[in-house]
Amino acid sequence: MSVSATSAFDASAPWQLSEQVSLRDEAFGALAYHHVNRRLVFLKSPELVAIVRGLSSFSSAHEAIDAHVDSSQHQRYVSALSSLFNSELLSGR
Amino acid sequence: MGADPTLRDRFEHGLAAPICLTWELTYACNLACSHCLSSSGRRDPLELSTSEAKALIDEIAAMQIFYINIGGGEPMIRRDFFELIEHAVNQKVGVKFSTNGTRIDAEAARRLAAIDYLDIQISIDGADAETSDRIRGVGSYDQARRAMDHLRDANFGEFKISVVMTRDSIEQLDEFEALASYYGAQLRLTRLRPSGRGVDVWESLHPTREQNRRLYQWLLERPQVLTGDSFFHLSALGDPLDGLNLCGAGRVVCLIDPVGEVYACPFVIHDEFRAGNVREAGFAHVWTQSPLFTSLREPGSPGACASCGSYDACRGGCMAAKFFTGLELSDPDPECVFGHGETALEARRVTLRPTPSPDHSKRVTLRLSAR
Ligand code: SF4
Ligand code: SF4
Repeated sequence: MSVSATSAFDASAPWQLSEQVSLRDEAFGALAYHHVNRRLVFLKSPELVAIVRGLSSFSSAHEAIDAHVDSSQHQRYVSALSSLFNSELLSGR
Repeated sequence: MGADPTLRDRFEHGLAAPICLTWELTYACNLACSHCLSSSGRRDPLELSTSEAKALIDEIAAMQIFYINIGGGEPMIRRDFFELIEHAVNQKVGVKFSTNGTRIDAEAARRLAAIDYLDIQISIDGADAETSDRIRGVGSYDQARRAMDHLRDANFGEFKISVVMTRDSIEQLDEFEALASYYGAQLRLTRLRPSGRGVDVWESLHPTREQNRRLYQWLLERPQVLTGDSFFHLSALGDPLDGLNLCGAGRVVCLIDPVGEVYACPFVIHDEFRAGNVREAGFAHVWTQSPLFTSLREPGSPGACASCGSYDACRGGCMAAKFFTGLELSDPDPECVFGHGETALEARRVTLRPTPSPDHSKRVTLRLSAR
């Protein structure tokens, strides 16, 4: 995934998958589709899919990440979420 | 969608459900375009009923197919057209539909504008009536323009203007771009394949090698122009065009025809590429179990393209284009940018070209004079 962690994504805030987005499991992870901007996005690891699906039950993205991967991986997943945020896949709660 | 090589490998093995599912609602059409990919004209008496069509939409929603491409024939001819598209978008299955525009009057435009998750593609084949009508029939260009006017007046938003690249239309690229920007529309250019009635006109209408080269440059400079990934055979000329750059037939693409037959792609309506029928065990069963799709998902062999340095970019081109020009699937694309397709065509001149299996073209009525 080309990760551009430039945005205003705040991993200490609570997030969820945007209501405009459908997520479909695939062997490599999942496909996400944004019904309004019509973008198709690939989530290329099952861990990332689990984190994204779990976002809404944690009070921050950090917590959601920690629940699924160990700390050495943490930063990678912050970047991955940040790139999903840039594609308008995530919305704040 | 960038061309990510690892992702492309995944796609070659197929997905849980198609990304690009085309569903042709009817073979009926009020026009008779000479290059029609589905040889449409007459309605087939066995076309899916409203309740069968709705059940299929329910299955599509359950498979989490994000959107469907609806075509025909002319889909708006079906009396349940609005009922069906509303049934789809209500379940968050987006609809993109292709139309000749003849049925979009002011009222239809307002109704369409009120529906979310809806995309419309209006087809023309030239930037002026003379060029377009030569393929689509007299009066069709003006009707398409009236449909565009109605959509604009109804504030539909950004619709698409869709053009098949022929030897004539390819000379009007800048005019199409201007027309799209006049309406605030998106331009979509697709490849002419020798499918359906296109079999008969492909030879005289497909772009020359020089035209294809110009098109490639023009597209490279305009990533905002949509192409449905249809020109990936031109990626052999240099930098890849935007898209997956692979033949998606049976992997990410497929077609459901008006009678429920499932084909590997909209451009291969022929028994050899028929995977099953949704009336038998449902669409999901065909998508996941069909032996044809399983074999299409196996890694292809480069065949005659093995020694070509551009194989990775072009993957030997389009299966449909090869099949209906009488080439082997292991041959180069008939429009191979290096001319290898022309050589292959020359060598296979004697073979009989396959003709598309179902033909719903309107019958020509012979008028016998009494004298
Ligand atoms: S020889 Fe084959 S791979 Fe090479 S450009 Fe031609 S069609 Fe593509
Ligand atoms: S057969 Fe041709 S049109 Fe069909 S998916 Fe393959 S490349 Fe595309």
